[in-house]
Amino acid sequence: MENDKKCGCGCSSNASNSAVGTPGFVCGWQDANGEKIQRVSSKLDFNDIIGALKVRLALGRDDYKVEPGLYCIGRPGSDSPVLVTANYKLTFDILRKETDGLSAWILALDTKGVNVWCAAGKGTFGTEELIRKISAVNLSKIVDHKKIILPQLGAVGVAAHLVKEATGFNVHYGPVRAADIKKYISDGYKKDDEMRRVTFNLRDRLTVIPVELVMAWKFIAGIAAFFLFLKAFRGKFLWKKVARDLVPSIGGIFAGVVATPAFLPYIPGRAFSVKGFISGVCWLALSGFNFGFTVREWIANFFMIAPLSSFFALNFTGATTFTSQSGAEYEVKKTFKLMKYSFILGIVLKILSKFKK
Amino acid sequence: MKLEYLSEAIKLTLDEEKCVGCMMCVNVCPHGVFEFSEKKAHIADKKSCMECGACKKNCPVAAIESGSGVGCAYAIIRGMINNTAPDCGCSGDGNSCCGKG
Repeated sequence: MENDKKCGCGCSSNASNSAVGTPGFVCGWQDANGEKIQRVSSKLDFNDIIGALKVRLALGRDDYKVEPGLYCIGRPGSDSPVLVTANYKLTFDILRKETDGLSAWILALDTKGVNVWCAAGKGTFGTEELIRKISAVNLSKIVDHKKIILPQLGAVGVAAHLVKEATGFNVHYGPVRAADIKKYISDGYKKDDEMRRVTFNLRDRLTVIPVELVMAWKFIAGIAAFFLFLKAFRGKFLWKKVARDLVPSIGGIFAGVVATPAFLPYIPGRAFSVKGFISGVCWLALSGFNFGFTVREWIANFFMIAPLSSFFALNFTGATTFTSQSGAEYEVKKTFKLMKYSFILGIVLKILSKFKK
Repeated sequence: MKLEYLSEAIKLTLDEEKCVGCMMCVNVCPHGVFEFSEKKAHIADKKSCMECGACKKNCPVAAIESGSGVGCAYAIIRGMINNTAPDCGCSGDGNSCCGKG
């Protein structure tokens, strides 16, 4: 590549490419319709990988985005495919990595740094924004065909027939996963059922667990503080005794946040609250036999652990790819109050057990 | 192993009279809910529907009615507590439910 560059600094003296502040993934420029379009690299560098890791672990995931607009990969011409995506950098990076070796235009919509599916649900990856961007980048001057490829999940926010009406461009809903893009294009914009289906396998589930854990940390800290506070009333401070209270309850949260998602298909029940309840009771049994609970401890811990695990399992519905709002509403209505009262009862029993022997 | 969720409450209907057989719903459904035969779409697997609303949005003759919202209990509970519509609180910058690339 003749006008490659390493980073955005150092190129500002060159008037022909206004490279001031160009992001690290831009590796050159492409002339199209009298304009210079940023060419992106299909290689992810150290910063991209660290950035992805950070958002996966929910450390500073705000504002992880690229500038919306037109980019290109490879050496596209007026007959090259147009791929539409979101301006969430994680999404954008996956797309450029998976289009290695392809020559195509990439149109990033302004989704406020949210991924395609969620943004489509919120309407930012939507009909209006797509129409706006097609005209803003003068797409009909860049390519001489009328086909644009959208990720299939973008269909939640985009009405293909309205885009056609407003711009003349035909929306082709491509595969769900960027990994299938090259095959989709080489097969003549055709996809099989597998490319069309959303999955939620073990790897998908494990990927979202860290974020769920980060969301739960306040709860974990709150419970730890509660037990340490209770202990403060009882003179001698023994780690063994603290652990006897802490481990079952905090483990109950982990049963909901980690174990339930990990073993999701194998835990009986369809309702997440039920699955979480089952994981919670399993954990209760494990820790009960381990610590040799008294009858009162079994009861108090049951009322603590069951709702905790059930609640966090229920919250996992939001991270899945197959739960409906009607179903989640139904489940919340049926179980939320029960969880609340059970948890309060558990707390009360725990407090009582400290004052009576 | 196919994961299934509570299916009793799912809102999804297709008016086969109106259907013009464009196959858009078959094409955009991420869970294979529709099948196509005799030039019309049919609902074949309603219990897999997650109410994403893609079929409804892309039906050019408005033959499909579907719920469209987030299947996220956290958002629903937040909505319940704050007395609003379900809201996951990640409208701008993504968090728990918006973590997937």
